Amino acid sequence: MALKRRKKQPGTLDSDFRGAHTETMLQLSGNNSESQLLATLTDLNRGDAATLENIDLPTDEARRLMELGFLPGTRITAGLSAPGGDPRVFQVDGSEIALRRETARHLTVRVDRTKRAR
Amino acid sequence: MSGCDGCSAGSVAVLPVSPVTKTSRHVALIGPPNSGKTTLFNRLTGLRQKVANFPGVTVERHTGVAVLPDGREIPLIDLPGLYSLAPRSEDEQIAYDVLTGQRGDIGKPQAVLLVLDSTNLARHLMLAAPVLALGIPTLIILNMADDLRNRGGQLDLAALSAQLGAPVALISARQGEGLDQVFHFLAGAMPKPAPKELPILQDVPKCRQWAGRVGSAAQYRAPAPPKWTRRLDAVFLHPVAGPLVFLAVVILVFQTIFNVADPAKDGVDHFIHLTGNWVASVLPDSLFRSLLLDGVWNGVGSVVVFLPQVLLLFLFIGVLEDSGYLARAALIADRTMAKVGLQGKSFIPLLSAYACAVPAIMATRTIENKRDRMATILIAPFMTCSARLPVYTLIIAAFIPNRPVLGSFLGARALAMLGLYALGFVAAVTTARLLKSSVLKSGRAPFLLEMPSYRWPTLQSIGLRLLDRSVVFLRRAGTVILLVMVVLWVMAHVPLVNGHAPNIDNSLAGTLGRTIEPAIKPLGMNWKIGIGLITSLAARETIVATLGSIYGMDPESNQAGLGASLQHDLSFGGAVALLIFFAFAMQCISTIAVVRRETGGWKWPALQFTYMGVLAYVGSFVAFHILS
Repeated sequence: MALKRRKKQPGTLDSDFRGAHTETMLQLSGNNSESQLLATLTDLNRGDAATLENIDLPTDEARRLMELGFLPGTRITAGLSAPGGDPRVFQVDGSEIALRRETARHLTVRVDRTKRAR
Repeated sequence: MSGCDGCSAGSVAVLPVSPVTKTSRHVALIGPPNSGKTTLFNRLTGLRQKVANFPGVTVERHTGVAVLPDGREIPLIDLPGLYSLAPRSEDEQIAYDVLTGQRGDIGKPQAVLLVLDSTNLARHLMLAAPVLALGIPTLIILNMADDLRNRGGQLDLAALSAQLGAPVALISARQGEGLDQVFHFLAGAMPKPAPKELPILQDVPKCRQWAGRVGSAAQYRAPAPPKWTRRLDAVFLHPVAGPLVFLAVVILVFQTIFNVADPAKDGVDHFIHLTGNWVASVLPDSLFRSLLLDGVWNGVGSVVVFLPQVLLLFLFIGVLEDSGYLARAALIADRTMAKVGLQGKSFIPLLSAYACAVPAIMATRTIENKRDRMATILIAPFMTCSARLPVYTLIIAAFIPNRPVLGSFLGARALAMLGLYALGFVAAVTTARLLKSSVLKSGRAPFLLEMPSYRWPTLQSIGLRLLDRSVVFLRRAGTVILLVMVVLWVMAHVPLVNGHAPNIDNSLAGTLGRTIEPAIKPLGMNWKIGIGLITSLAARETIVATLGSIYGMDPESNQAGLGASLQHDLSFGGAVALLIFFAFAMQCISTIAVVRRETGGWKWPALQFTYMGVLAYVGSFVAFHILS
């Protein structure tokens, strides 16, 4: 994708909202050299858990993902997949959603737990 | 809650309700996909429901009548499943327009039943804020109470009701539990809690936070993960066992549609013949009898014979979808389908198109993505359906000698047949790629597939689905097909000679056949084949019977004779051209009628008919010129 569009946040942030994540969202653009813990959803193997940092997709697509529970700050666990690992099911916010690799690679996560050390 | 006020202050208000609205008596059902909304709708209305399309769009409008215990009738409308009220897809636009009273044909509903999955309350509650903000009396229905209980979840209904400022009912639509509360609400007898100022949120993270707060204020305890779903998925999505199960399901569906539906189809055909013969025996010989029998009776027959296939396919799809396996099958098939720009959910419809494009096109309803659905509809008729087989068999037997190609393993005739199957498949795949990289390019919607928990399908919802599909098929497709059959009959029976129908060569159809001869001569075909091409517009296999009657013989008893006559009239190149024509052309009124119904207009079927026709013509032309 040549042009990277970011999710726009409305102007005011109320105190209750987890502002830190919003800022992280605006800063990161899928560049995971900054931290070893940062990865994309495609890097997760079955059983790995991670926290979503940022969705690097056009607003409409990002919104659709967010409606299904893929919100920054949410914990995501990688589940089973189709043969070959694509698409893969992710457990997020009480439901199981399958994403294609082409979508999952736009979701930056902070890895919390890997099932086996890599 | 101070947090809520903060939310509403900091966000953009959506949903401007237009001032000119008409309130109707309807009560609308709304809810996210997989919330059990349709199960509830079926529970409330039973057989008192009907399906139509919203005018001008492909969204189906399910309406029905719920009868209250006191005998009052409440009209219900089941809106498409959606995750938010922001109108982006066609489905969401329709739901939004209905709820805000902007659709003239329905009017603003007098009340709303908002159906949410109680096992996933926090996320589903996100839809409550925008729906409640519409200001229509709303009952929040928390469905799947049985699941919530069994998996150890719980919540405080009174607290939730107070939080939302709306009545709340915990029900199980599948078990029929708690429906009295819904009736109570519909009767207008449910006490309303104090209205509550709710945040109007466009921002999803804030909406989710609000939902989370409401959930915790109502002491919502999320249920444990579904044990059986995890266990079943360990098998159905296993790297080795998963594809095997998938293959077994696919073979089962395919075999049933071919081997069980075909005898059923023959049975229906036979029955139509028998009753036709009986009518023939009581009526005096006249043109009217011929119209009734050859036109109307055969017309009705040509529609009804598809019914066993439609029913069987929808029985399978009903069980697969309601149980939750269809989502897993789509997941497994997705990568293969993605190669041609389609997605996993296109697989089952395309597979069933090998039996018949009609049920296949109706089955594309399971594909939520409109563009993927349209592409699947447009390529389905390329799959070699069973109606092509009699034509292929006749011509291959007449023109291709039965000599071995790969020893005794594969003969030349079998190879030709395989080649035609491959040809249809390649045409379908190429067209899919073409469509998906141009007019039907999926820009906005990423591929998302929610994996619902496995559930036992209920007899009621499968039965209603079968009934609903048959009615849709018979009424909508049936009227068009019947009309065309009658027109074709008239064409074969005018002008009258001494009050009798002419020989088919001299009829209007024959004249038309001769008129189009210059057009089909470059394909190596003569006017007799031309008549066959015209009559086969009704259904492909009709050409066999037409050619039989033109060559003056009964095609069933004398197929070798018909073959010999064809050899006399067609060169080898012409025969191949004819085969290719049949592989590509959309000669099936039933398919055209179904595409029109499913796409909500004549635009797509017209485009499809033209495209397939041009492809057929060019393909035959090239084949004939290479081979002669």
